Amino acid sequence: MSSKINYTLHLADNALILGQRNSAWCGHGPVLEQDIAITNISLDLIGQARSLYQYAAELTGGGTTEDSLAYLRTEREFSNCLLVEQPNGDWAQTLLRQFLFSSYQFYLYQYLQCYSDTRIAAIAEKSLKEVSYHLRWSSEWVIRLGDGTEESHRRIASALDELWRYTGELFLPAGYEKDLAIDVAALEYDWSKKIKNVFAEANLTVPGNVFMQTGGKSGMHSEYLGHLLTELQYMQRTFPGCEW
Amino acid sequence: MPVPDFEKIFQDKIDGEIKIEPKDWMPENYRKTNTRQISQHAHSEVVGMLPEGNWISRAPSLKRKAILLAKVQDEGGHGLYLYSAAETLGMSREEMINDLHSGKAKYSSIFNYPTLTWADIGAIGWLVDGAAIMNQVMLTRTSYGPYARAMVRICKEESFHQRQGFDALLVLSRGSAAQKEMCQDAINRWWWPALMMFGPRDTESTNSDQSMKWKIKRKSNDELRQNFVDMIAEQIKTLKMKLPDPDLNWNEERKHYDFGTINWDEFWQVVKGNGPCNKQRLDARRKAWEEGEWVREAAIAYAGRRGERMARGG
Repeated sequence: MSSKINYTLHLADNALILGQRNSAWCGHGPVLEQDIAITNISLDLIGQARSLYQYAAELTGGGTTEDSLAYLRTEREFSNCLLVEQPNGDWAQTLLRQFLFSSYQFYLYQYLQCYSDTRIAAIAEKSLKEVSYHLRWSSEWVIRLGDGTEESHRRIASALDELWRYTGELFLPAGYEKDLAIDVAALEYDWSKKIKNVFAEANLTVPGNVFMQTGGKSGMHSEYLGHLLTELQYMQRTFPGCEW
Repeated sequence: MPVPDFEKIFQDKIDGEIKIEPKDWMPENYRKTNTRQISQHAHSEVVGMLPEGNWISRAPSLKRKAILLAKVQDEGGHGLYLYSAAETLGMSREEMINDLHSGKAKYSSIFNYPTLTWADIGAIGWLVDGAAIMNQVMLTRTSYGPYARAMVRICKEESFHQRQGFDALLVLSRGSAAQKEMCQDAINRWWWPALMMFGPRDTESTNSDQSMKWKIKRKSNDELRQNFVDMIAEQIKTLKMKLPDPDLNWNEERKHYDFGTINWDEFWQVVKGNGPCNKQRLDARRKAWEEGEWVREAAIAYAGRRGERMARGG
């Protein structure tokens, strides 16, 4: 049972942390239509996080709620991958992070919609519609920036240098994934193919021979996460035990 | 052949409650007034994303975070329809945005106040959106067709936001001592600025007569303000909070609430740019626009190149 809870939390943490990151663009996007689009993606991810936390809370019992899971765990207890907690940087970095993650989430949710736990399967199936849009939108932007101007190409290439090192972790199974026989390694083939196709259109090359950073999935994070959580959890920590 | 009297045809349409459409003849000043008003309204939606956006990262529960994100996103959407409605009068969105950034165009002064606590998010929904709705319901019947139609859609969403704001405050008003205090404090700070949203007193409002004749406006500033006070003075009873006005009293003779004097010096100071957040709001908008420039350029360059490729059949 604890592996299932931990895995559900891992999925929820991924969605929450990326949703929180994206939400910082709200009101600050490069053009109104895209401001609305990134906010919408943030909203989808927070919605996914809520469904997953609610399920994890039911499995845990004892008065646990979606909010106690999101607001009262510490950085060492969060098990999101390192990729989603990376800073927004510029529009290129945000977009590339979204593309790398959405393409992973797309194949993962396709796999999970047939998973034996019907609750997780249902959440995956419902979220897949949203993720398909996130993937299409972010792919289009990666291509547009890669094949746009000299400056946009330089910026997306530099984002790729920055973020690629966090992609290896996605396909290395953590303990809870092994326990549940969730074969994340098997997703890498389709994911790589998708990345290569989009990069080819964007005039980008997949970096070779990069040392992959790992640890987020088992609670060893970058220094960024603590600050993100400090802000996210501020109200619940300052005013414990209140209804909002 | 007699020359048609365009001005008379135009006024007859207005008097006959027929909407004016983009291609119809209209007096230059009608075009100018509508362009100014609709673009100002669009800017208000977009600048209005900032004070509430200030609490997205710190919303106290996941449910409240989702509600707030959806609300701020709706405001962006309202900005889009309004810019489109204003564009039908012949000014491009880019020109309007440049006027905002240069300080030539105004936006609602209410957004120059800071959001200091979570309760401010509830107070904005209830009081600021509540005041905006008074004006917007009237504008669903404004004489310029594209503006009136945009307002119909916007009004539906705004009433929803107002209920959500009230609901957020209701939870606080039934919560801990600290929550109650936060709730009252937010009401104290937002009440008077919300009353100022209706603009100067009728005796001092410069554009009013012509706007009424052209049915751009259908109710005066003071009439709308009174309707708002009457509504809020009743709703606050459910919250068991107080409005910060010792002169607020039901007047049986007028069948309206009497209320105290607005601080018009403060109103004009904020209009002139001296409110607590005027500088931060404009700086934030300019920064987003300047930092987005390379993104917009890349999108244009890519679209151009793709067009060429498609033309070549590749």
